[in-house]
This record gives sequence, structure tokens and C-alpha cells, in this order.
Amino acid sequence: MHTPDLTHVDAPPAGYDIERIRADFPILERRVHGLPLVYLDNAASSQKPYPVIQAVDSYYREIHANVHRGAHELSIRATEAYEGARSVIADHIGAESADELVFVRGTTEAINLVAGTWGAAHLAEGDEILLTKMEHHSNLVPWQILASRAGATVRYVDVAPDGSLVMEDYDRLLSDRTCLVAVTHVSNTLGVVNPVAEIARKAREAGAVCLVDGAQAVPHMPVDVQALGCDFYAFSGHKMLAPTGIGALWGRREVLEHMPPWQGGGEMISEVRLDGFKAAPIPHKFEAGTPNISGAIGFAEAVRYLRRVGLDAIHAWEADLTRYAMDRLSVIDDLDIYGPRDDRVGVISFRYADIHAHDLATILDQKGVAIRAGHHCNQPLMEHLGVDATARASLYLYNTRSEVDALVDALGLAAKLFGVA
Amino acid sequence: MTHGQGSDGLELSSLQDLYQQVILEHYRRPRNKGPLEGATHTLTLNNPLCGDVIDLMLRVEGDRIVEVHFEGKGCSISQASASMMDGVLKGKSIPDALLVMDTFTRMLHGDADAAAEPELGDLRALAGVSKFPIRVKCALLAWNCLDELVGPEASRS
Repeated sequence: MHTPDLTHVDAPPAGYDIERIRADFPILERRVHGLPLVYLDNAASSQKPYPVIQAVDSYYREIHANVHRGAHELSIRATEAYEGARSVIADHIGAESADELVFVRGTTEAINLVAGTWGAAHLAEGDEILLTKMEHHSNLVPWQILASRAGATVRYVDVAPDGSLVMEDYDRLLSDRTCLVAVTHVSNTLGVVNPVAEIARKAREAGAVCLVDGAQAVPHMPVDVQALGCDFYAFSGHKMLAPTGIGALWGRREVLEHMPPWQGGGEMISEVRLDGFKAAPIPHKFEAGTPNISGAIGFAEAVRYLRRVGLDAIHAWEADLTRYAMDRLSVIDDLDIYGPRDDRVGVISFRYADIHAHDLATILDQKGVAIRAGHHCNQPLMEHLGVDATARASLYLYNTRSEVDALVDALGLAAKLFGVA
Repeated sequence: MTHGQGSDGLELSSLQDLYQQVILEHYRRPRNKGPLEGATHTLTLNNPLCGDVIDLMLRVEGDRIVEVHFEGKGCSISQASASMMDGVLKGKSIPDALLVMDTFTRMLHGDADAAAEPELGDLRALAGVSKFPIRVKCALLAWNCLDELVGPEASRS
């Protein structure tokens, strides 16, 4: 995969039309507490541009019907739109074919699907699942549930003080008992980009299957699942301009084909008799029930939008903005940033003097600045870092330097209220 | 684009009400934080959404609260509210303590009469929380412990 260089960007990329991009996002025009919205909570969820909103709207106005069912015009059109969306998203991540892409509600459901099907079929007592200490709860709890059912053990690769994975620890923990390695591509707290291609290669050499949680990666950088060499890749639409409630699980064809179905119901079968059923081919085998058709269409439109702007351009814009934010934040006395100084993406977790993250979030909100405070669904990592909560500002393609300035100004207000020098 | 620099007016007054000096003092120098010798009631509650934790310890003699201690971590509001509890409840009967809790709760929901009750003592400094509804749960965390330990549901069980 193409690993973008985060360290040598000297200026915002030329030709990046930030005003035009911002104009595409209607919510950015609104005010919060009488001030312009400064939305820096993108790692939690992104905002939506007009083309996505309009795609969902016109789907319901013009072509809605159930998919894969009817022979009537609307059903045919809806099915084409839904399956067309699958192709757009599959192409975007370099899947060999659209059949390898399963629509799910989001990253969480994607991981639960793998744990519930592949995991239930392959894990036995004494087997090991290898995770890292930086995993989001959604790439942690499903494996804990599976392990307790199967009598398997979950092990965790250590995280170094700078936020990077301790690869020697990975090498040490990976063994012939390891059935599955599940790792996040980009940390939702530390902003660190993990060497997933190396992790996947080593997993394969050890005979283990590798799942990558791409929720914080696909929205921000070009991703090619084949180049990464993993077996599963999970991501969410809503963090990449699409509606909530839609996401994708990519799986290598031969792995998906050998997995038992997940939920039972309509859509996932090719034949049902009183004495049993025959599952549909992939990907429909994993899509019981009427799917989120409008969500899938909005998801594809979001991908088209991101591709029009260009993932490389977005990445360069965010890299510049991240560096600017790191520069401005790191000179504030008593403000501690977690994760690496360089080689990072625009997810910036920090603590400021003795002001608790929730108090910071409340104060910043009064200045129109939206950030996240808390454990970020990362409680084991928080414990590892020795903190109970951090504040987190996370950037996306529509954020600007003046918004970073607004964040810094609002932190000044917090300092004033708390009497921090 | 402007981001309202220099327009601290409205939001600043609400924030100043929220983060009064007395709250910051309790947050930074909590009273009765630490183990309680001879505790008769203890309970830990957390707010799973934000991770705030309060471990409340009471020493009750007869129906009277003799001492309140706590352990915990979290925001200034949750910790200050717990820190203020001993000063307000020490020596009160359980029914009177529950009346204080009721008045305090009404104050947090914006009841001006409740906010004028002198029996709330330092807790009145938390009246500004009513303008920040999502922070009410922070102010109530320690009091939810009290309610579970000696409230009507507790005595029934």
C-alpha cells in the first residue's frame, strides 16, 4: 500500500479548494451558542456533503423499493443502485471483486460478524487471538466474547510510550497457537498509523488470519486491501461522509466462502425447505433481511465525493493541518499530547493542566468548538496511559487553520476559568 | 471566517457560574477524600459514558450520618459535588439527608427556590450546572450512591 509521507509537507497542497469543499457541507454554516460551528469531532463521526444528502433524498423520492425481490421497475432500479454502490466501495479499497464486500451497519457489526461466523467455526480451546492494547472496544469485546465461548485466550501486543506498537512484542506473542490477529489500522486515540502490511504478512506466515479495523483509516488515506495482505478489513460509512448505519466488511473470497452464514432470514438463502436451507453465495449469505439500501447508496456517493477531491489531496491537507495543530498545541504550557509527535494523523488526544477533559469539552462547546472527551471506547488503552480520560480533537478534509486557532483560543478561555497560568 | 474572538460575553457568564471558585477549590482540594475508618455503607458508581467514578463511604450511627468520605476520579463537577457532601450531611438524620438530596436535585434542574435553600451550603455553588443539562449526571453521581445506600429503595430491600 501507498504509505503517505506525513513529515515533509511544508504548505497546504496547492489547488485544494477549501472554501468550495466547506460550501458542500451545509451543517458547517450553522452556529452553536451564537458562534460558528468548529467541528473537531470527526473521529467520532463526520459531517455530510450535499451530494450524499441528495443521493439519499432522491433514492427515496424516485426509486425506493425492496431489493432482489420484485420484477417491477422500482425494485430493479433499487437493486441496481444498491449493487452498484457495492461495486463503487469495493473498487475504492482495491477488492478483487464486489462479491467480497459485505454491507453491514458499521465497523462494530463487521467485526461481530467475523467473530460470530469465522470465529465460531475456527476457534477451539487453547487457541489464541492476538489483539493490541490500543484497540477500540469494538475490536476487543467481540473477541473476548468469542474467546470465553470457545475456551480460547486473548493476548495483547504492548503499546510503547510514543503510541506505537511494540513490534518485538508482536513477534514474541505470535505463535502457532495464534488463530487470528486483529489490529486497528489507525488508532482512534493516539493518531498512530500501524504497520498493518507487516502485521498481516507475519500473521499469514504464522498461519493466522488477520483482520484490520479500518474505521479511522479509510476516511483519510488511500487503502488497498490486497496490498495490505490482510484477510478481513472493516470500516464505517459515517466516519467518511456517509449516513450512519452503513458500513462494510471486506473479506478475501476464499475465506468468506468457507464461513458459515451469520443471521438467518430472507436475502441470505438460495433455497429453504422444511428440513433445512441452502445459503446464498457471498456476499448475500451475510446480508439477512432488507438491507440499508439508502445507506449503501449514500455510502457510494460519499466515496465518489472523496475520490473527486482525491484521497491523496485530502491526506496532504490533513497532514498539513495536523502539523499546524501539533505546533500550536505543543507550545501551550502544561498541555500534554498523547501519541507520536510526527508520523501521525489528525486525531489529537490531550490533557491540559488539571482541567478534566469533560470540563474542557463543556468550555470549548460554549465557544462553538466540538471535541470529544472521555475514554474514546479505549478504556484498556487509557489505563495503559495512566489516565481516566483525554480530550480529543480530530480533523477532516473541511477543517481549517482558523478552526485550529479557534480551538487554541477556546483552550485559553478554559485556562482563564480554571486559573491555569 | 471569524470565530468569535473577543465575544466572551454570554457564554463566559454561564461558564463562570458553572466553574465558581468554590467548585474549583473542592475539585483541587477535596474534603474527606480517602478511606473511612468504620464505614457502615460503601458503594462505587461510575458513569460508563464518561468514565467518572465515585466510591462513597458513609458512617451511619442509628439513623444519623456521622461522616462521609469518598474516593473517585472525574470532572470538576462530579468530584466537587462529592467533596461538598460531608459538609452538608454530617450530623443529619437519613430522612433529612434525603431531603437535602431532593432539594439539590431540584436545584440542578433549574428550580430557583431550591437554589435559595441555605441548607444546601456549598452545594449552591453548583446551581450553574442547571444551564448545562448533560452535566447534571456529573453533579448527581455521588448522590446516586447516597440514594442507593440509604434511600427509600435501599431501606426496602
